[in-house]
Amino acid sequence: MAEKVLMKGNEAIGEAAIHAGCRYYFGYPITPQSELTAYMAKRLLKIEGAAFIQAESEIAAINMVYGTAATGGRVMTSSSSPGISLKQEGISYIACAELPCLVVNMQRGGPGLGSIQPAQQDYFQATKGGGHGDYHLIVLAPSSVQELVDLTIKAFDLADKYRNPAMVLGDGLLGQMMEPVEFREKKNADLPSKEDWALGSCKGREPRKVVPFNLDPYELEKLVAKIGKKFEKMQDEVEYELINMDNPDIIIVAYGTVARVARTTIQKAKQEGINIGLIRPITLYPFPYKIINQYADKVKHILVSEMSLGQMLEDVKLAVEGKTKVSFYGRTGGVVISPTEILQEVKKILK
Amino acid sequence: MNKVFSRPKSLVDIPFTYCPGCHHGIIHRLIAEVLDEFNIREDTIGIAPVGCSVFAYLFFDCDMICAAHGRAPATATGIKRAKPDNIVFSYQGDGDLASIGTAEIIHAANRGEKITVIFVNNAIYGMTGGQMAPTTLEGQITQTSPYGRDSKTMGMPIRMCELLSTLNTPSYISRVALTKPSYIIKAKKAIKKAFQFQIDGKGFSLVEVLSTCPTNWGLSPQEANEWLDKNMIPYYPLGEFKNSEEVS
Repeated sequence: MAEKVLMKGNEAIGEAAIHAGCRYYFGYPITPQSELTAYMAKRLLKIEGAAFIQAESEIAAINMVYGTAATGGRVMTSSSSPGISLKQEGISYIACAELPCLVVNMQRGGPGLGSIQPAQQDYFQATKGGGHGDYHLIVLAPSSVQELVDLTIKAFDLADKYRNPAMVLGDGLLGQMMEPVEFREKKNADLPSKEDWALGSCKGREPRKVVPFNLDPYELEKLVAKIGKKFEKMQDEVEYELINMDNPDIIIVAYGTVARVARTTIQKAKQEGINIGLIRPITLYPFPYKIINQYADKVKHILVSEMSLGQMLEDVKLAVEGKTKVSFYGRTGGVVISPTEILQEVKKILK
Repeated sequence: MNKVFSRPKSLVDIPFTYCPGCHHGIIHRLIAEVLDEFNIREDTIGIAPVGCSVFAYLFFDCDMICAAHGRAPATATGIKRAKPDNIVFSYQGDGDLASIGTAEIIHAANRGEKITVIFVNNAIYGMTGGQMAPTTLEGQITQTSPYGRDSKTMGMPIRMCELLSTLNTPSYISRVALTKPSYIIKAKKAIKKAFQFQIDGKGFSLVEVLSTCPTNWGLSPQEANEWLDKNMIPYYPLGEFKNSEEVS
């Protein structure tokens, strides 16, 4: 077993990326994820054949990612909310060109320049496409530093498996906190070869063209349909965690930081004789509709809690199909929800 | 009988999609001849821009990728850093390179990325139907400067070679034209030099090619050539702006 080391979330992502074989990083500093950019500089500039560039902008960074991804290199960028907005055009190109890459978003309060404190206000942008056109990212939502590590590694593999950009959706709190982590021995994921599509030297083969457009509507429609098929297949990747689900009085659905907070709420509630269950989506895309739907039959009330005005809430409502009551409790602007607040909300509902 | 003239191997044998009199065809051919002469076609990765020459990906018989508008130098950077042994060139128009992609070209040049940029300056947006470009001349009439480009509110045309030459890191920067056979010979030499710099691992190289757009200028091909000679060359002087070999 690997040794446990104490690491800050942002740096743990960087080490996980290198552990996963990522040798190319292009990014631009932005709070609260700048430690990740700095960590990649420190590590990659010392590895022969690797590349680290502090790009002139987030836009340039994602287009560098596009170039490296086209050559089959394992590549990533990272940013926080406003910077992720700037990357959206490039992400859409990468999705259309069917190239794998990792984009890390350590969310902060928005909209606009917003704040630098943690938030979950980019859920729509992350899970519903984000840029123009019909596509989705594979979106993984860690809720501990260990999970930042594990899901970063997994995101690279899923991106390669589906030839689609993947996103690790964290927030400033996860990025800034320190926890012991271990970098487990890498299992060799059974991933498709990049040899049959990556750009390089065309000696002995036909030249390849990476073309994220088609002016013939019928041809573009075929491409979009092909991409759409991948999203159907991705539904097999749904991952979630169920906590304290033995006949709960109420179920909370929360991800990331709020799911951590909700765990404490569960403990507090137990002392007061209230039994709270928690469904924690780990994949936000694909979303665990099925399991939420199943539990909707068994419980009188579901409470969705997010650091937003209610974004994942819409997916939970879709999952529930009106079978039970769905309430929402959220804070925005960078305010982190406290366990007591959630407990008060639960009590109000159960009264 | 000796064959003295044929289609370059680096060009796919299909007709160009460009308008009659447009210089894109000549420029494509010159690049292809250079790839042939250096025997680097199989190791070259080209980047097509957004604009009329988005179709460049169809015409060059090497690996190609289409970049987002203005971002070709960033995409080229990502490719070259991952594949340093390949030859990477971007092909960009004036709207692409001198307007929406200004930041990307300046910073790729400043990092001394070992890529070659072919910059086609025809002083107008071609594919969108003839709007003002950053390189549109003062007084020039376009769809979005219908009363002529007014330098008081629209600024003066940007001279990219001169601007980029203020940087220390680029290795080779040159401006050429194609309106006479003697110019075409010089243009070919400049493009060849630009690729030579990359082959030698020396750093960033760029060739600006003054080019016509008869369709959007509203001129015949011949008149367009004459207009370029009379109006563009005086403002955009031809020649080498940077040649690190001569400097050292």
